[in-house]
Amino acid sequence: MQVRTEPRIVRYVLITIALVFFGLFLVLPLVCVFQNALSKGWVVYFDALRHPDALAAMKMTMITALIVVPCNLIFGVAAAWAVSKFDFKGKNLLLSFIDLPLSVSPVIAGLIFILLFGAQGVLGPWLIAHNIRIVFAWPGIILATIFVTVPMVARELIPIMKSQGTEEEEAALTLGASGWKTFWMVSIPNIRWGILYGVILCNARAMGEFGAVSVVSGHIRGLTNTMPLHVEILYNEYQSAAAFAVASILAMLAIVTLIAKSIVEANIRQGQK
Amino acid sequence: MKQKFVKKSILPGFSLSLGFTVFYLSLFVLIPLSMIFLRTSSLSFKEFLDVIMAERTLAAYRLSFGTAFASACINAVFGLIVAWVLVRYSFPGKRIVDAMVDFPLALPTAVAGIALTELYVPNGLLGKFLQAWGIKGAFTPFGITIALTFIGLPFVVRTLQPVLEDVDPQIEEAAASLGANRWQTVTMVIFPVIIPALLTGVTLAFARAIGEYGSVIFIAGNMPMKTEIAPLLIMTKLEQYDYTGATAIAVGMLLISFILLGAANFFQWLTSRNLGRT
Repeated sequence: MQVRTEPRIVRYVLITIALVFFGLFLVLPLVCVFQNALSKGWVVYFDALRHPDALAAMKMTMITALIVVPCNLIFGVAAAWAVSKFDFKGKNLLLSFIDLPLSVSPVIAGLIFILLFGAQGVLGPWLIAHNIRIVFAWPGIILATIFVTVPMVARELIPIMKSQGTEEEEAALTLGASGWKTFWMVSIPNIRWGILYGVILCNARAMGEFGAVSVVSGHIRGLTNTMPLHVEILYNEYQSAAAFAVASILAMLAIVTLIAKSIVEANIRQGQK
Repeated sequence: MKQKFVKKSILPGFSLSLGFTVFYLSLFVLIPLSMIFLRTSSLSFKEFLDVIMAERTLAAYRLSFGTAFASACINAVFGLIVAWVLVRYSFPGKRIVDAMVDFPLALPTAVAGIALTELYVPNGLLGKFLQAWGIKGAFTPFGITIALTFIGLPFVVRTLQPVLEDVDPQIEEAAASLGANRWQTVTMVIFPVIIPALLTGVTLAFARAIGEYGSVIFIAGNMPMKTEIAPLLIMTKLEQYDYTGATAIAVGMLLISFILLGAANFFQWLTSRNLGRT
């Protein structure tokens, strides 16, 4: 073991550098959120959270996540099933298409829906003629959020399903189980932690998405505002304490996400042993 | 012999799952994304160049790429140290540090943006120190670099960690028993194995930083020509109903993102070759 490590002084210096960097870049911003949220006391904090606009924003964020996460979950399971259980041509191309939204700037993710559904967009005149609103309304927020979070579940499931192979399913089928029965009783239980993990990540991203949603929402207070957009409005109006109060809820969501993630990761690792 | 599209398997549901996957991807990702290229194709090449080469656009591109590159370099150094420390050493609180590396991915970007701004304004907690040294934190390219460093850190650490764990202990022991000192073993035996992974991580962080919006706009100051990033310029053009201009700038950014993505995949291929699994 002696040959595989550095002198004690080097170790301590490196650990110190890592911890200082970690503190400056990760811990301080988190502390800053809560410190600013409570800078004017608990009354201001709770008033900011109870404000009708804040409540409307929370509702919008919840609805978005409730629609987007199940959609991407079904997509993730279907995509992982096709990609990891079968060999077919063009699989790598499909995989890069699944990851595509991750390399597109959030602002561009919003822009494409404006180009499609906006007044000057491809479907714009038809939508106006039929009095359907998609951008600058909630359907636009949902579409943009789906685009941004499409890969989240699929990316977690594909490696897990690949490593499990197809033997268990083949055994079930040979013993006479139907296709759906095999899927529900063999495949799904095997990937349950992966599903949970993907859902957690997808949910965090769906609730926190800012850039894409900002482009398509139209920022109508009480109607098309999500929590991150509400934070932006309050901050730009110099209502710093209120902005950080709403932000603190999102920060808590991030912390819960991280805790859930470490628990699930530990379970996946145990399952592999 | 003619090859079939799909290898035969007794598992059911191939056409259903693949069909649904392709349908969903086309509906929500590919068709919307193709709008960008449809819109650009309605421009002549000269009109496209006029938007891309306008002074304000070039300034925004320069700022976005410059700050993204600077933050990627910072993360290359500190991300490597953090990953090394997390894999190789033990210290109190290590598990918390490990879990918190993903914090920038979990925290909504707008929250990160206002928190970093508040820290680096001249009378903020860290801004005060910088002020004493005559450095302006928020509302400068330096501030943008800080926000992008925050966003990019998990990409570097998370790509490096598994590779560092996989480095074969025997090659280190071999180097040591052949008389190499620790510094030589680290720089001449371990680094060559992990450098492609480091490059993958840094490229991913760089690509993410170019398109980043939420965490940057608060700390940037958003002065045209000085602190206006490319995604913000798209936003500004949209607000002026200049859809074509916005699209042209977006195409420029997308092309560079795709090139970077190709580079990241290439480095990843190098990593798996170095670790001896092909």
